[in-house]
Amino acid sequence: MHNLTLAQQLQALAAGEFSSVELTQHYINRIESHQDSLNVFVTFTPERALEQAQEADQRGTDKPLLNGVPLALKDIFCTQGVKTSCASKMLDNFIAPYDATVVAKLQQAGAVSLGKTNMDEFAMGSSSESSYYGDVKNPWDLSRVPGGSSGGSAAAVAARLASASMGTDTGGSIRQPAAFCGITGLKPTYGRVSRYGMIAYASSLDQAGPFGLSALDCAYLLQAIAGYDAKDSTSVDQPVEEYTTNINKDIRGLRIGLPEEFFQEGLDADIRAKIDLACDQLRELGCVIKPISLPNAKLAIAAYYVIAPAECSSNLSRFDGVRFGYRCEDPVDLADLYSRSRSEAFGAEVKRRIMVGTYALSAGYYDAYYLRAQKIRRLISEDYQKAFAEVDVVLSPTTPTTAFKTNEKADDPITMYLSDIYTIGVNLAGLPGISIPVGFSQKLPVGMQMVSTYFAEDTLLRIAHQFQQHTDWHLQTPAKFE
Amino acid sequence: MALTTAEILNIAKLARLHVEESELADYQQDLSAILGFVEQMEQVNVDGVEPMAHPQDMAQSLREDVVTESDQRDRFQSIAPATANGLYLVPKVIE
Repeated sequence: MHNLTLAQQLQALAAGEFSSVELTQHYINRIESHQDSLNVFVTFTPERALEQAQEADQRGTDKPLLNGVPLALKDIFCTQGVKTSCASKMLDNFIAPYDATVVAKLQQAGAVSLGKTNMDEFAMGSSSESSYYGDVKNPWDLSRVPGGSSGGSAAAVAARLASASMGTDTGGSIRQPAAFCGITGLKPTYGRVSRYGMIAYASSLDQAGPFGLSALDCAYLLQAIAGYDAKDSTSVDQPVEEYTTNINKDIRGLRIGLPEEFFQEGLDADIRAKIDLACDQLRELGCVIKPISLPNAKLAIAAYYVIAPAECSSNLSRFDGVRFGYRCEDPVDLADLYSRSRSEAFGAEVKRRIMVGTYALSAGYYDAYYLRAQKIRRLISEDYQKAFAEVDVVLSPTTPTTAFKTNEKADDPITMYLSDIYTIGVNLAGLPGISIPVGFSQKLPVGMQMVSTYFAEDTLLRIAHQFQQHTDWHLQTPAKFE
Repeated sequence: MALTTAEILNIAKLARLHVEESELADYQQDLSAILGFVEQMEQVNVDGVEPMAHPQDMAQSLREDVVTESDQRDRFQSIAPATANGLYLVPKVIE
């Protein structure tokens, strides 16, 4: 059952080949066998999952879109009555008092939730090593990272421990782990999916999106979660496309641009070769491929590491030891309560980013850092808009290397930051992006990123789907998890 | 871009973080490196460029100023570290 895609499982469930309870129990058994080696889940909720599966099986005709398929949710989405930790000691005791809109929508769509997945603390990281609950392993090679920050959700799908999963992407946190784990991951347009109940890191960049074995699986999840939400003032009131049907449309004549800046030094030669082969395949499918330029792309990481920490320093000021979360013992006064609760409960990278952001926003430095970064953000966004006058999609590798070793970059924040070089500009511009597997380099998956203009997720899904109809990279399973 | 220990302590104070003496050198090194790294933003001329706060330059949406939430004080306070009589408890602020 676990080697079927979510779309195939929906068909099998509808045909009565197996029940949701059987499918859910199958994943529960797999999780129990593999959790210790991968550390994918922070909170595993098998009883709750089986209850939801039973309800799904009892639904009569007119079943909702995702009826009975078991999902894993990044532990950043508030889930009523379930611990929602953001992989931080700060929220180790936090039982969410309400559901995130994404969680509520998936429940309305009939999906089953297996539990909450591990991640970088507060989604700040690219390796899922900074979790309070220990690091996540890559199913393709247990000595390597799964990427981050949504590493648990990506590893869960790659290891076939859930039909699909949900992550969030602030600088690449869906696309980079999808690439490292050999699965498909979609970051929607900023504002396409509600951020309500999603614990905030950098509010102008954060966006929720799906992981699946295939583009079609991601289309199913996006169909369920997309749409305007009055509870998120930045969600956009725009009709939702028919992703699961539009995905079958022809891609002949679509124009694909390769930014020259993303094929230069720092890119692994073998990854480049795999991207070239994937481009050949897309040409055969009728796409037109041409070079383009994103001249300001090289400044994306610098601008991001001002904007994201600045927003994080503001967002994380809510953790004060007073209303919820961790509180230090025996505070001597209010200042001590604040500073000791925060210092004792936040991890090193979170504190680093709060400090950087606080400095960038402090009196006398705002213009040099935050304001300049916001101007560069516009230049990066304009580069993409110019590109979209010529092409439908911008294509590049998702990452400059395949999954790196655990601890390889843990002590050097800047080297870690550089692993997001191809993904970060997409968040700054607020565009949708997808990563799909296009082969292997020394037995590790290689990911290819495609980016389109605002709200053109259906174009990305269509190209990815047509590519996957003619290749089987997305169906490869790590040997230990077959 | 090298930050002094006094600057680190001032940032920590603004951020309401407690920094131990033993952590100062690491913060100094890491923060100085990050600020040095972002200095490459100076390579580009941004004169006349409008800062971009929202990816699609959307205006903040407003709603009618009406009550939309019910009183859920008990539920929210059930997860608080310390409460009494419906109030959140903090150390004494006024002597």
